[in-house]
Amino acid sequence: MSKQSGGIIGWIDDRLPIVSFWEDHLSKYYAPKNFNFWYFFGSLALLVLVLQIVTGVFLTMHYKPDAELAFASVEYIMRDVEWGWLIRYMHSTGASAFFVVIYLHMLRGLMYGSFKEPRELIWLFGMMIYLCLMAEAFMGYLLPWGQMSYWGAQVIVNLFGTIPYIGEDLAVWIRGDYVVSDATLNRFFALHVVAVPIVLLGLVLAHIAALHTVGSNNPDGIDIKKNKDANGVPVDGIPFHPYYTVKDIVGIVVFLFIFSLVVFFAPEMGGYFLEHANFEPANPLATPEHIAPVWYFTPFYTVLRAIPNPFFGVVAMGAAVVILFFLPWIDKNKVRSIRYRSFLYKVNLAVFLVAFVWLGYLGMQAVTPMASQMALRLSEVYFIFFAILGIYSTRRTAAYYLFWFVAMVAIITAYDVFRNNADIAALTWKTWAIPVGYLFVTLVLAAFTNLDQDKPVPERVTG
Amino acid sequence: MKNLIKSICLTTLLVSTSAWAAGGGGPIFHMNVDTGNQKSLQRGAKTFVNYCLSCHSAAFSRYNRVAADLGISEANMRENMIFTGAKLGDTMTVAMTAQQGKAWFGATPPDLSVKARARGADWLYSFLKTFYIDDSAARGINNKMLPGTSMPHVLWELQGFQALKTADEHSDHGDDGHGAANHSPFKLAVAGQQTEEEYDRTIKDLVNFLVYLAEPAQLQRKSVGVGVLFFLFAFGIFAYYLKKEYWKDVH
Amino acid sequence: MSEHEIDTGRRKMLTVSASVVGAVGGAAALVPFVSTMSPSAKALAAGAPVEVDISKLEVGQKIQVEWRRKPVWIVRRSQEMISALGEVESKLRDPDSEALDMQPAFARNANRSLKPEVLVLVGICTHLGCSPTFRPELAPADLGADWKGGFYCPCHGSLFDISGRVYKNVPANNNLEVPPYKYLSDNVLLIGELDEEQGAV
Repeated sequence: MSKQSGGIIGWIDDRLPIVSFWEDHLSKYYAPKNFNFWYFFGSLALLVLVLQIVTGVFLTMHYKPDAELAFASVEYIMRDVEWGWLIRYMHSTGASAFFVVIYLHMLRGLMYGSFKEPRELIWLFGMMIYLCLMAEAFMGYLLPWGQMSYWGAQVIVNLFGTIPYIGEDLAVWIRGDYVVSDATLNRFFALHVVAVPIVLLGLVLAHIAALHTVGSNNPDGIDIKKNKDANGVPVDGIPFHPYYTVKDIVGIVVFLFIFSLVVFFAPEMGGYFLEHANFEPANPLATPEHIAPVWYFTPFYTVLRAIPNPFFGVVAMGAAVVILFFLPWIDKNKVRSIRYRSFLYKVNLAVFLVAFVWLGYLGMQAVTPMASQMALRLSEVYFIFFAILGIYSTRRTAAYYLFWFVAMVAIITAYDVFRNNADIAALTWKTWAIPVGYLFVTLVLAAFTNLDQDKPVPERVTG
Repeated sequence: MKNLIKSICLTTLLVSTSAWAAGGGGPIFHMNVDTGNQKSLQRGAKTFVNYCLSCHSAAFSRYNRVAADLGISEANMRENMIFTGAKLGDTMTVAMTAQQGKAWFGATPPDLSVKARARGADWLYSFLKTFYIDDSAARGINNKMLPGTSMPHVLWELQGFQALKTADEHSDHGDDGHGAANHSPFKLAVAGQQTEEEYDRTIKDLVNFLVYLAEPAQLQRKSVGVGVLFFLFAFGIFAYYLKKEYWKDVH
Repeated sequence: MSEHEIDTGRRKMLTVSASVVGAVGGAAALVPFVSTMSPSAKALAAGAPVEVDISKLEVGQKIQVEWRRKPVWIVRRSQEMISALGEVESKLRDPDSEALDMQPAFARNANRSLKPEVLVLVGICTHLGCSPTFRPELAPADLGADWKGGFYCPCHGSLFDISGRVYKNVPANNNLEVPPYKYLSDNVLLIGELDEEQGAV
């Protein structure tokens, strides 16, 4: 650092603590040295956020949030605005990329116990970011004013209408009209472009600040601050800058490569990123044959459809998201990382992941009796996962495991009896084996084997 | 368990067909799109302005853009392809209003700018090849892809008129002259100016043009993409060695 | 951190080269974003040159067309008008049209047009943007006996001669603007485009 730049930096630092900021958060923020592949997704999420904001600003220069003009303005961007097509594709691909990155980021948290004490607040801010992201994506999707935009919004806003007593008025208030219309479009535009991005930025700041207060977790789940050298520096820690700045750049390049493959060679992604039906202008008088939400909402959409009663379907869907907020208080096992958890814990997580993906797949399909049964069973599996997590918080007695096995099988069976009718009886009893089999493996096996035993956790990171 | 697997397979099948919006069913014919063939696009454009643009607008497309992308000179475009007195920079609109279209045809002819992205090339190809004589229909003409369509068989001059094969004719998968069995449900009832091959090529050119029309940027998109990927790869090499060098410190 | 020889030279070289390549990529990435702000095809089409047929334009008559949202006047001047151009030069601020921004190269003279008998001007007063009135008549009561024809702006009283050249001692400082134009044929003008030979401003 030359004397001159030291001078300028010193001048600023006397008035704003930029030097200590740089040290606390970058050059002397000691992160564990064993970050692996799963640790790229935080910085990638930040990258995608910036990408969406920048491309979004440039789209807003040409887009018209008016029901008569919106669809045409998007085509105007695609054709008449120089390089407009690229900005548009970056934004539409970025939306899907955001969810890919976020789901993998959350999976990392799940696998390595990054939500556990003392990082509960980081997890809560993260969940709030996730909620905002879903709202942002939902409102953004209305803006092109295509058939899918219109009818997807109509269906989802109608969900609010199922809430007892206040539902109808609430739905009208959200829409600003009795059906999704120009009023809805304009306010969704305001929220999508201004309000939610501001909230998102604030939450991301809080998320990172909370992280830096307690320090990062790592794939072994051990606390690197327990082992410090003579200078007070964790022996398993390395300064974020330059080591992780330089590593994250490589991650960013790989991400941008895959991102560019989509943007330039498959922007529609077979109709999953840009749905074909959305190239028809919105028509309030003609409902498309097949209304499906965009892929990143489909797991929760399936949970919604699995319950026939509209209001309870909404409650179930909401519960599926909200239950994630409580994760730090459900899984209280002291061992953070999956590396040192029991075999059955790994089975539990694997089943959850399969169920989540399968729920997503079902959300894209039309409803058939078998698909409907599968949707319900997989939703049951989804919620049971959290119950098992809670049970696995510590090693339990055989009696404990068996009690909960019987209790949960009873609940499932009771619901089956309640909802059964002649048409679905065969399917109901055949698929009953799914949640019950899952409960058997995770609880009965736990009662009678050692497969529920966690492994010893090392003192130092293993890389 | 078997039912489970069967159902999973069935739902998987539903994915492939339900990805596209279907009117009377999935497309029955398939074509290979080739927007890289400029001559085909030019022929398709000619068919489009001569037959389609009188009723269907392409309101998001400009004449000068089509001319530039397809290698048609501005003079050629003005003289041979613009019939409405529009200027070269204008959008390809039609004089007929939506209400007039509804009154004259029963349904407003939709704008075709992005139809190929909404319906897909196979659907458009099948649509244009499956007009047939149907005495029960309002105008005596029906369409397999869009039953009850208000659109007349505009290209009848070129194709002639088809009729549905009878049950006997359908089961006789005779040689159609190319050594391949003829599985089409139609037979030619009235000949047009073009042979079956010529008409097929006309329609393929037209659909190629419609695919281009739905996304003109596709002609540049891929070449820009190749450049971007090359750059990222090259930069990636620098980034990787930079990372490796610094991480020598870490053990 | 382990103890080993840090090759700072290599580190610097790699950092610099990666930064340079990255900066090139970053600059290239900026190009599409900046370009989206240039006039779109729609703006270019709206600003496209305008064809005007003047076969029906009579002597002493002025017609007005719109080009880039501006009024453009086309006047067929009589021989008297053209001859009278020399007589008012002492009263004009810029008789030879030397101010570079107000006309293409071919109009840097007294006639300020490609063909003397046809005058093409942008009908916006160079003072504060009102549209002047057309006063081709000689010696009207309000403009005085010496008036040889021209334009009078009612907003603040600026005066221009029949070539659009501004008088001295009026609020406007510049001659009326001559837009780029050319002849497509004897009777058809194209406002907005220059002939290659006439060159730029």
